[in-house]
Amino acid sequence: MIAADQARQRPADARLLHLDARGRVHHLPRGAFVEALRPGDLVIANDAATLPASLAGTHEASGAAIEVRLAGRSSLAADQVDEFSAIVFGAGDFRTRTEDRPAPPTLQRDDRLQLGPLGARVQALLGHPRLIALRFEDPADTIWAGLARHGRPIQYAHLAEPLALWDVWTPIAAEPVAFEPPSAGFALDWQSLAAMRDRGIAFATLTHAAGISSTGDTLLDRCLPFDEPYRIPVATVQAIAAAHARGGRIIAIGTTVVRALEHAAARREGLQAGEAVARQRLGPASRLRVVDAILSGTHEPGSSHYELLRAFTDDASLQRADAALEAGGYRTHEFGDSVLIERRRAAIGELRPDAADARAPVAECRACAVA
Amino acid sequence: MNPTPLARRVLITGGTSGLGLALAREFRRRGAEVAIVARHAAGLQRVMRELPGVHGIEADVASKQDIHRIALQALGALGGVDVLINNASSLGPVPLALLADTECESLEEALATNLLGPFRLTRALLGALSASARAGHGALVLNISSDAALTPYPGWGAYGASKAALHQLSRIWHAELQGSGVQVLSLDPGDMDTPLHALAVPDADPAGLKPPAQAARELADAIEEAAGPKTPAASPLEGSPGPEASSAGRAPALPGAPA
Repeated sequence: MIAADQARQRPADARLLHLDARGRVHHLPRGAFVEALRPGDLVIANDAATLPASLAGTHEASGAAIEVRLAGRSSLAADQVDEFSAIVFGAGDFRTRTEDRPAPPTLQRDDRLQLGPLGARVQALLGHPRLIALRFEDPADTIWAGLARHGRPIQYAHLAEPLALWDVWTPIAAEPVAFEPPSAGFALDWQSLAAMRDRGIAFATLTHAAGISSTGDTLLDRCLPFDEPYRIPVATVQAIAAAHARGGRIIAIGTTVVRALEHAAARREGLQAGEAVARQRLGPASRLRVVDAILSGTHEPGSSHYELLRAFTDDASLQRADAALEAGGYRTHEFGDSVLIERRRAAIGELRPDAADARAPVAECRACAVA
Repeated sequence: MNPTPLARRVLITGGTSGLGLALAREFRRRGAEVAIVARHAAGLQRVMRELPGVHGIEADVASKQDIHRIALQALGALGGVDVLINNASSLGPVPLALLADTECESLEEALATNLLGPFRLTRALLGALSASARAGHGALVLNISSDAALTPYPGWGAYGASKAALHQLSRIWHAELQGSGVQVLSLDPGDMDTPLHALAVPDADPAGLKPPAQAARELADAIEEAAGPKTPAASPLEGSPGPEASSAGRAPALPGAPA
């Protein structure tokens, strides 16, 4: 596939590959994706706005230049923004691919970091030279002002120009809790929301703190996604019940929506409104309890996002879709084209081991669980 | 007057003097969470001392670069937003000038503050406002208008033209956002005893002008009335709040010329 190197959320020629419930592949303009849905369906998107999570600064003990990428938080509470988990890089900027970035200086507990106007301390080392728990020294409003003034969205080396905050906020962006954009939502605009209403397709949102997509380290990448807090509004739970009552399907805009809804539905009390932390990884062995189809970007086999797609359909169908994406010259990455994947019909009702809470027991995940 | 706020999270631009400050006081009095935007740190600190708990955001609504910073800080501090009040206004040329004597830059300045700023900020916050509407919180944008938006007062060209554009922008936003449950009002508070009025009409008798506190009470009442309890509307199939278009259609009606 071709890397999408322009930060345009909705290019006029954006495309959509639709893998239907029978495993058949269809191609359509992405602007027409509402046409691929049915009256009575419920579309659920992640309305998290994206933080300017990349902070350039200095490691005071060594004087070395660093970049801190905020990567996780334990809650979504507006007044609890002093503690984050974070990935630390050595000198350099977004023009260097994440995996080629130099390591940070050796970090110790209590080391002070000066990040533009914000001061912070290393609260704990999380079992990997790049991964720390960080605590800002200032009150919440000062932290927000410092992030607003000094922070930049996490950047991508495949893009020609640096990203501004407005490049990474989806049209429905609300609370700023995501570390990288929930980019499947780039496909939405207010015209498509109106088109849904016109076709009798319902729309709801949840808020999920989408984490970082790449750490620049293969070991750390293996435990992505990190734990991610999310909140499901009462109105969304009601909308899901109403959709089920009328026989409508639940269409998730992006992997984060799938992760939040399936995490909530797998809990003992079932799908309920409120806040929780998604810790599970979804893959081919996962049983989907809520989501019937996903609109997503294109993903590389082996990535955690691709594994999640395997919960929807069989490998042969996904491989056919991959081949069609490749042959069709689809664009990949955050600003690329999209896929709409329906849950394979044969899979519904099929008994599979419930792996919702299974997690590969790799050593570094102990560290990542802190977030 | 209802002391219980329906509007729980309120963002006010131009919040350190005149009507904006009066609105901040009024909404705090009614128990709302309030964030204010202003260009100068000193004014913000003064208001934050007077009104503990108010979140101050130092930024210029006329600057494109500042808009998402405002949105980030307001949404971060408040955890979302239910009411946006685009109050910050620029007169254009000071002292007031005939259009023929108005520098293009002065008109651009008035448009940047009075039209582009509210447009950009509304766009940046629309996701949060529509989330508020889906939760049944009665999301609302209030754009502060003026009778100069409708009446061609000589000398008020830059201000009047920018406010006229803002008024029409409000009406179109409101019509387009019917389905999302976000209301957009354009209301004229009347001629008030404010720093802006003093700039425009230095020799006006304050006794003949409305106190900003009174205008703030009237506007807060209008907001609470418009944003009354709504049925949560996650699904259009179960009915959206369907705001009345009439509120935005209210002509800015104030007797008397501002001059």
